[in-house]
Amino acid sequence: MAEQPQGCARVSGSVEGAPPDTQPPQELTKPQESNRMAARVGQKAPDFTAPAYYRGGFTSVKLSDFAGKWVLLCFYPGDFTFV
Amino acid sequence: MSAVAAQYRKLQELGAEVISFSVDSHFVHKMWNDHELSKMVDGGVPFHMASDQAGNVGRAYGVYDESQGIELRGRFIIDPDGVIQAMEVLTPPVGRKFAESIRQIQAFQLVRASGGKEATPAGWEPGKVTLKPGPGLVGKVWEVWKPSME
Repeated sequence: MAEQPQGCARVSGSVEGAPPDTQPPQELTKPQESNRMAARVGQKAPDFTAPAYYRGGFTSVKLSDFAGKWVLLCFYPGDFTFV
Repeated sequence: MSAVAAQYRKLQELGAEVISFSVDSHFVHKMWNDHELSKMVDGGVPFHMASDQAGNVGRAYGVYDESQGIELRGRFIIDPDGVIQAMEVLTPPVGRKFAESIRQIQAFQLVRASGGKEATPAGWEPGKVTLKPGPGLVGKVWEVWKPSME
């Protein structure tokens, strides 16, 4: 996995197939919009690419690169939190 | 996340990988690994700690909390075809039970290996009886499985 150059831009994970310039939602009164791609069991997992820290280096991780393997995908509230 | 890292070997034995996500940058992930997690787990975190600062990935999985700007504790088991087989979402104050994720992966692997001919009853663990759904089992589950076997 190649080490990637690290700029100062605030990079984030992105969903494959989503519009490239995804703006944060301006109207919080429309949360149903965020459910358009909501994950469900029995359905294909939304593919993504995201910057990652991995074994001492910085890289990018893409879900579909793990095709053929089982993947445990874990979200958590934040680094340096207590649980 | 240190609980997952500590038992990563078990997942590798099952041919499973881990990807973790929070809204912190990958730079903060490095600091958390170097200054705290590596003190709980020998060698530090062995899997990809991914960053979702804009919440795009969390939104796609239905676990991004817009009001707090954080990811909820969502856990997904994805099979080799890229299909979600299991999901669980907890609010932040309660942690997960890692052994249950292992058990579920083992159960889904058994079902997959059987080509869907076998199913695992409540509380199944490796070595325990499985069910073989079919005409002969209708109304006869009580003969092969009881709640006390859970």
